Amino acid sequence: MLHAAILLPFLWAALIPLMKGLPRIHPGWAVLPVPAALFVFFIGLLPRTRSGEGVFASIPWMPGLGIDLSLVLDGWSLLFVLLITGIGALVVWYSVFYMGKGMESLRSFYVYLLMFMGSMLGVVLSDNLMVLYAFWELTSVASFLLIAFWYRRERSRYGALKSMLITVFGGLAMFAGFNLLYVMTGSYSIREIAAQAADLAGHSLFLPAMILVLLGAFTKSAQFPFHIWLPDAMEAPTPVSAYLHSATMVKAGLYLVARMSPVFAGASEWFWIVSLTGLATLLYGSFKAIKQTDLKALLAYSTISQLGLIMCLLGVGSASAFFPGTVQGVFFGLATTAAVFHLINHAVFKGSLFMVVGIVDHEANTRDLRNLGGLMRLMPVTFAIALIGSFSMAGLPPFAGFLSKEMFFAAMVNIRNFSSAGAESWMILFAILAWAASVFTFVYSLILVFKTFGGKLQREKLDNIPHEASVGLLAAPVLLVLLAVFFAIIPNGLAYALIDPAAAAVNGAGLTASEAHVSIHFWHGWTPELFMTLGVVLLGVVLYRTYTRFRLLDREWNGRDTFNRLYNGLLKLLESGGRRGTDLYMTGSVRRYLIYILLFLVAAVGGTLVFSPGVRFGMDNYAPITFYEVGLVIVMLVSAAAVPFARSRVNAILFTGSVGYMVTVLFLIFRAPDLALTQMIVETVSVILFLLCFKYLPKLKKDRTEKPTFKWLNLIVAAAVGVTVTLVALAAMGSSPFEPISEYFLEESYESAGGKNVVNVILVDFRGFDTLFEIMVLGIASLGIYGMTKLGVKTAPDPEAAGKAAMRKQGFPLVSSDVVLRTLSKVIVLIIITFSLYLFFAGHNNPGGGFIAALMTASALILLAVSFGMDTVRRVIRVDYRLMTATGLTIAILTASGSFLFGFPFLSHAFGHFHLPILGDTELATAVLFDLGVYLAVVGVVMNIIFTIKGED
Amino acid sequence: MEWIMAVAVGVLFMIGVYLILSKSLLRIILGTSLLTHGVHLLLLTMAGLKRGAAPVLGSGGDAYADPLPQALILTSIVISFGVTALYFVLAYRAYQTRGTDEIDAADEVRGGEEES
Repeated sequence: MLHAAILLPFLWAALIPLMKGLPRIHPGWAVLPVPAALFVFFIGLLPRTRSGEGVFASIPWMPGLGIDLSLVLDGWSLLFVLLITGIGALVVWYSVFYMGKGMESLRSFYVYLLMFMGSMLGVVLSDNLMVLYAFWELTSVASFLLIAFWYRRERSRYGALKSMLITVFGGLAMFAGFNLLYVMTGSYSIREIAAQAADLAGHSLFLPAMILVLLGAFTKSAQFPFHIWLPDAMEAPTPVSAYLHSATMVKAGLYLVARMSPVFAGASEWFWIVSLTGLATLLYGSFKAIKQTDLKALLAYSTISQLGLIMCLLGVGSASAFFPGTVQGVFFGLATTAAVFHLINHAVFKGSLFMVVGIVDHEANTRDLRNLGGLMRLMPVTFAIALIGSFSMAGLPPFAGFLSKEMFFAAMVNIRNFSSAGAESWMILFAILAWAASVFTFVYSLILVFKTFGGKLQREKLDNIPHEASVGLLAAPVLLVLLAVFFAIIPNGLAYALIDPAAAAVNGAGLTASEAHVSIHFWHGWTPELFMTLGVVLLGVVLYRTYTRFRLLDREWNGRDTFNRLYNGLLKLLESGGRRGTDLYMTGSVRRYLIYILLFLVAAVGGTLVFSPGVRFGMDNYAPITFYEVGLVIVMLVSAAAVPFARSRVNAILFTGSVGYMVTVLFLIFRAPDLALTQMIVETVSVILFLLCFKYLPKLKKDRTEKPTFKWLNLIVAAAVGVTVTLVALAAMGSSPFEPISEYFLEESYESAGGKNVVNVILVDFRGFDTLFEIMVLGIASLGIYGMTKLGVKTAPDPEAAGKAAMRKQGFPLVSSDVVLRTLSKVIVLIIITFSLYLFFAGHNNPGGGFIAALMTASALILLAVSFGMDTVRRVIRVDYRLMTATGLTIAILTASGSFLFGFPFLSHAFGHFHLPILGDTELATAVLFDLGVYLAVVGVVMNIIFTIKGED
Repeated sequence: MEWIMAVAVGVLFMIGVYLILSKSLLRIILGTSLLTHGVHLLLLTMAGLKRGAAPVLGSGGDAYADPLPQALILTSIVISFGVTALYFVLAYRAYQTRGTDEIDAADEVRGGEEES
């Protein structure tokens, strides 16, 4: 069921684009049922988390890597799940009225939103760290897309990129941390890791893992100094800001810190890092919020500060792990409860405030505090919502925010008792700083309400006169502030259902829900917390009255920020540095790149050969050397060496051809008749092709433009490659760690495939799949040649080249006028074709086969063309060679798949021996049919290439 | 015999690589041809030379030469024929459109934004 719950938003998101045909309905209505249904579903699971049993579901995914889709729903997850679906439903409702129906990209907006919803559910339900990480990054992607929703605006793109870079940086750090945890415990499951927490503490990787995981949490939850992305994320549409950037996604970091508490809480570093970072963020955010003039920026900094508050509480709460089972332990655990309570409150009041700001923006067309004021009379309901939300945020009675604020103060005051560090007197700073931050919080809450709604209406600065928003737009924030009041009335009911199970889950196995229970009341007597609140109100009012005199308001809210400058500078440095570094070696010269590749080959292969043990160069029983073999090799090498020195193209081509013929003879000597046959024909056809192509090119000049030093480098690289390959050859001879599989082919060739020519049997039967693809490659190459020659020919303006092109069209340049050749070739062609037919049928048992026969046939046709001209050949033999290739491929594939009909795998062949009248005992195998396909394809390809290059079709 | 072939293969590779690193398209193509020859001989040599008869059953003796490298090489010969033909035409077209068969650093593929 849990898996289905995560999957549902993704599936729904896939359906949204299909709504294109229904333009009359706002797509938001179609989305709304998803979060609503999920909310109801998860509410139904509340009793099970209350009792502490939770829900567990697991689907194996990659068991070998320890990665399973295991989901856990406990009190802490449930709280988040309800926030995601509950606030999600309200935000979708609100967006229906906020986002105009006419916007063309509205559907993609909801696709992103649903994608976020699904991935966020995945984050808070995953028990497996790898799955959690995947969903975590998906939320970053969704956030990126939503911030950049108005992607035509420069600031939207900037904000989206910034949030992406910072959160993904943290995400990667977290990923590394997760893997360190895996290294230490051998498990990715949070529960299993937590069970081993006691053994972890002393591990040398413990602290690095903790810091890396915290980096992920801090960047996601916009903790100081990673907070800078959140104000820029306010470029997103307001429903998104309310949903992702205050209620849910930014709380993922808090979720993770609390989730990992059972693993890390025993370490004092955890306590210090988490609580101090939280405290710093709280103070910094609240102070910066006062200076903002943009309402959304104010809310952004307020969110940063409130996230810091909760983070700080979670850190302090972790101190309970130092005092297990004592009164103090329970007392520190209270901080966790406060964190949970405030998390709920924050989601409620901040969600409503964002919606209020959205309404103001919607009605007045501005969010600038300097232009706003006096909206109280025009928009009374909105004002009432803002008032309740702000007072709850400021921590004033009788709203729920007051209760969690009091608990926060209590925890901060209580921290004096944390004696393990031996610095009790410094601990009072926690309470003082927290109090100062609360004063700032109070001040900006007042600014938010009274600068917007109080004072005089500045009619001249507004485009139009604002009106009260529609009922639909107001419904969602009204519901939220009603909740704020409702929670204040029945705090203990809320505690019973949600807070206690969540706090118990965070505290780990030590506490059950009822043990974690804290009774929440408005009146505790004249406690220090109450006096602190009174002080906040007094000083806050004074500050609010006087703060304009400090000239805080007329400062620009962005750009001067040190951390923003740092971020921008780093980004620029990274860009320019990366470009400079890349330009250093990516020069654009293909030869340069080739040299890199070759040098890598030399280093990797050569290095391995030299340094790995057990590699032996050379062998004991070399084959005997004969005089003429040495002669052949020398001729071959001399021909090869002549190629670079050749002055004319034709010479270079002929020298290369000579190398090929020497290789042919070597094949023959080395007992490879099939190879010799093939090589000989291919060499002949190749040389003809070479000459065809390069007959009309300008004379081959020595590359004078190249500097000699560069050539030296080429020579050195070439020599290094040559030496490496020689070493490879010697090493391969000297050391064979595995038994060769060739014996199998020799033994099975006749038994299983009915052929005596093992090479041919391997080609058409054992490794038939290779051959099938090979002829396909050939077919593709011939089509490529055809395309390049026939399609879109653009001739260079060079008159010389144009003249040559005209010459080319006049006729086949190699037509011979030799009468002897013309007479003889008629006979010879017949002989060659007959011989090729023999080769084809003999192929299975004797040297020969489809390839060789095809090349033989093709060379016969080329001989005809040389003697009588292409046009004659075309007229006499009317064959479409492209069609021939296609036919060949079809036959090969059909033969190969034919074995399916008999229930055998692809390319299974059958064979039998028959007694035929003339041929005697003939063996017929389906492999021959396959070979026929190869034959046709290859003949087609070769002729197609020749005719295409000739330029006549 | 094998060590001679190993050295010969090395020399073929050296010349082939040297040609590939030059500017002229024709020389590059000829270089790939020489490399291909080198690879074929390398495959054949690695299995050991002249051990037994040609791998056609019944042609005599108990021992046969290793058929597997031969099958690989046969495939390679035909493929490299197709590829070489493609290279030719590519070079030919390059000459037709640009009036030269040399690749110049200025015309070479340049990575980065300038291209788009």
